[in-house]
Amino acid sequence: MRNDSPYTPLLNNGSHNNNRNKEIHLIVFGFLLLASLITFSGYIASNNNVVSVVPHADVSFSDEVTKTNTVVSRGVSAGVSEKSNMFLSAAGGNKVVGESESFPWNNTMLSWQRTAFHFQPEKNWMNDPNGPMYYKGWYHFFYQYNPNGAVWGDIVWGHAVSRDMIHWLHLPLAMVADQWYDSNGVWTGSATLLPDGQVIMLYTGSTNESVQVQNLAYPADLNDPLLVDWIKYPSNPVLVPPPGILPKDFRDPTTAWLTSEGKWRITIGSKLNKTGIALVYDTVDFKTYERKENLLNAVPGTGMWECVDFFPVSKKSENGLDTSFKGDDVKHVMKVSLDDDRHDYYALGTYDEKKVQFIADDLKNDVGIGLRYDYGIFYASKTFYDQKKDRRVLWGWIGESDSEYADVAKGWASVQSIPRIVKLDKKTGSNLLQWPVAEVESLRLKSDEFKNLKVKPGAVVSLDIETATQLDIIAEFEIDKEALEKTAESNVEYECSTSGGASKRGALGPFGLYVLADGDLSEYTPVYFYVVKGSNGKLKTSICSDQSRSSLANDVHKQIYGSVVPVLEGEKLSLRILVDHSIVESFAQGGRTCITSRVYPTRAIYGAAKLFIFNNAIETNVTASLKVWQMNSAFIRPYHPDQKR
Amino acid sequence: MTNFKPLALTIIFCFFVSSHCTIIIPKNNNGNLIQQTCKQTPNYEICIQYLKSDPRSSDADITGLALIMVDIIKSKANTTLNKINQLIKKKQEPSQKEALNSCAGRYKAILVADVPKSVAALKQGDPKFAEDGANDAAVEATTCENGFKGKSPLSNENIAMHDVAAITAAIVKQLL
Repeated sequence: MRNDSPYTPLLNNGSHNNNRNKEIHLIVFGFLLLASLITFSGYIASNNNVVSVVPHADVSFSDEVTKTNTVVSRGVSAGVSEKSNMFLSAAGGNKVVGESESFPWNNTMLSWQRTAFHFQPEKNWMNDPNGPMYYKGWYHFFYQYNPNGAVWGDIVWGHAVSRDMIHWLHLPLAMVADQWYDSNGVWTGSATLLPDGQVIMLYTGSTNESVQVQNLAYPADLNDPLLVDWIKYPSNPVLVPPPGILPKDFRDPTTAWLTSEGKWRITIGSKLNKTGIALVYDTVDFKTYERKENLLNAVPGTGMWECVDFFPVSKKSENGLDTSFKGDDVKHVMKVSLDDDRHDYYALGTYDEKKVQFIADDLKNDVGIGLRYDYGIFYASKTFYDQKKDRRVLWGWIGESDSEYADVAKGWASVQSIPRIVKLDKKTGSNLLQWPVAEVESLRLKSDEFKNLKVKPGAVVSLDIETATQLDIIAEFEIDKEALEKTAESNVEYECSTSGGASKRGALGPFGLYVLADGDLSEYTPVYFYVVKGSNGKLKTSICSDQSRSSLANDVHKQIYGSVVPVLEGEKLSLRILVDHSIVESFAQGGRTCITSRVYPTRAIYGAAKLFIFNNAIETNVTASLKVWQMNSAFIRPYHPDQKR
Repeated sequence: MTNFKPLALTIIFCFFVSSHCTIIIPKNNNGNLIQQTCKQTPNYEICIQYLKSDPRSSDADITGLALIMVDIIKSKANTTLNKINQLIKKKQEPSQKEALNSCAGRYKAILVADVPKSVAALKQGDPKFAEDGANDAAVEATTCENGFKGKSPLSNENIAMHDVAAITAAIVKQLL
C-alpha cells in the first residue's frame, strides 16, 4: 500500500477502547409488529465534537413521514440515528419502486446533478479523454466535445489545463473539424512527448466520406505552456485503413513508445469479423509509417476494439513508468474499450518487442474477456505517464444513465472520472490497483469519524454528517470471527447484477453504506460487500453498487453493478467512496475492484441527502469504522490570462 | 440492381384470405439480408414490414437498413408530436394535460437528440451512439405512457415507438 493511503488504523485500537466505549442500546419498534433490537457500541470521534442523533431532522423535509417508523433512542449523543427497516422485505422495497411514475424533472433536481469536483465542460456533450499530458508546469486534458448540444455529434477537441488535475481552467477548443480528413469529426487521440521537447498528437479523423484515418497535429508554439494553438500536419492523413480493414474500423491511436531500434511504435484498434485486433505501426517521424505484420493481440468474439491503451507497470516500484520504459521487473498492461458492451477491459502480460506481441499472463482472462478497470460506467479510458510525480494516471469517460430528455433539459452530458493512479497490485500480482490522485485530498474539509460501530443483522443506521452530496469516505468492515466459523459452507455463486441487490439478505452480506439516501429511504444507493463462504471454507467477496432504488424517477437506468474483489488473508474489507452529486466512485480493497455509478435522485438531493450504514447479513454483526470528509468544490472555470493558478 | 426497384415497388400488394391480411412481397435482391437482419431483432414480422415498406431497403446494407429504421422513428415521432399538440389544445384534466406536456418534451427529445445523433453515428461509423439513441427513444415512449396512469390517449403510438426503437437498436447492434 502506498504511503498516501488514507487508511488510518481505525480498528487497531479497538481492543483497548473497550473501557471507554459507551454501550448504547437502541430499541426500534418497526411496523407490522416487528420489533428489532439494534445495538451498536461505538466510539465516535469527530473533529468538531458535535455529533447528535437527528431522527426528526431526517424526515422533516418530507411530507410522507411514516409514523410507524418510531424511533426510541437512549443514546442521544451517539452520533448516529437508527432507522427501522421497513424496506428490507422484498415486497416493501418493490412497492417503493413501483410507486414511481413518469417523473416530472424540475430545474432544482437537474441542477443538483452537476458535479462539484469532477471535470466537466461548462455545458454540452463530452465523451472520451484525449491526449492527457503534463507539459511545462501544466496538466493538459483534451476531450471529445460537441460544442452544439448535449448529445453526441459534431465532435471537436475541448481543452483544459490544471496545476493539480483537480482545479481545471477551460481553454479554447484545441482542434475543430475544418479539414477534409476530419470534417465528420475530430476523434480520439493520444499525445507523445519526444525526448527533444516536441509534442506529438495523433488522432482519428472521420473524413468527408466517413473514412477513419489517423492524423498528426502539434503545438504551434512549444514555448506556450498552455499549448493553446495546434497545427494540423498539412499532408494529413498519415495513416488510412490498411487492406482488409473496413473504413469505419480504424480508430484511436495510442501514445507511441520506443523500440530498441529507436523507432516509435503505436497500436490502433480494429476488428476482423467479430475478432478484436490491435494493429501495429512503426515510425521515425510520425509522418510515414511501417505496418508490422503481426498483431499486438487478437481476441475472438470481442468485436471492435476502441481506445487501445498499452503501457508498462513495475513489479517492484510503486512509481509509474514511462510508456517507453524497458527493463526487468516490468509487466505490460493492455486495455481495450469494447464497442459491443461499452466496457473497458485490461489484461496483464508480457510484451515481446521482436514478435510485436502482447501475451496475457492468463489467456482465459485475455483482453476483453477478463478483468475490467471499472464495473460501472467507465469507458474509453486512457493513461499517461506523469513525469512530474513519476506516476501513471488514468482518465475515464463517465457517461449518463438517464434519458436524453433530461440531458437536453440539463444542457450537458457526461463527466470524467477523478484521475486515478494505476499500478500493479504487488500482493496479488494478478490485477491493477486504481486510486484517486492524492491531489483530490486537497478538497477535504471538515471530517467526521466513526470508530468500531457494531451493526447488527438487519440494522440501518444514519450517520450524522450534515450534508452528504460531496464526500470522500473511507470505511473498513469486519465480520464476526465467531459468526464466520459458524456459518455453513455454500456453493452459491454470487453475482452483483443478478443476485437481488442490497435488499437480498444472505448469511454474510450484504453490508456497507447507503449513499445519496433521503431520511425516509425512499431513495438510496447502496455500495456494499457480500461475502460467501465457499464449500471449501474459502471466502469469496463481492463489491457491488445497487442503483435499483437510487431514484423515484423511472426514466433512468437502475442496474446493479459489481464484481468479485480479492481479499487476502488478514485483510479487513476496505472501501473508499467519492460522492459528488450524480456520480459515485467506489474503490474496494485499495482499488483492486472499482465501480463508478451515475445516480439521479429526486428527493435525496441538496440538504436532504444523507449517509447510512447498513448490515443486511443474517448471521453476523459487522464492525465498521469510517472517516467521512466533506469535499470542497474545485471551481472549474474558464481560464483568464491573469490567473496564476 | 436498379431494374429491380420498379419491380419491388409495384408487386407489393395485399389480398385477403379468410380475414387475414397477407403481404406478398417479391424476393428482391436484398431479401436475404433483410430477413437475416430482422431475425436478430425482438420482432421479426414488424421489422420485415417496416423495412420492406421503404424502397431504399432493396439495395441497402445493414447501415442503410438501420438508417431506414431511424427515419421511421423520426416520422412516427413527428406524427405523435402533432397528435400530442392537438390533444393539448383540447380541454383536458390538469393531470392529463401535465402528462401530455411531458410527452411533448419526450417526443421532442427523440427528434432533437435521438434521431440526429443516431443518423450521425450511423453515417460516420461510430454506431454505438446510434444504439444509445434508439434505446433512448424506447425509454422516452415508455416514460410518456407511464405518465398517464392508465388513461393514455397515446398507447398505440407509444407502443409502436417502443417497438420500432427496440428493433432499430437490435439492427444497430449488428454493426458493432
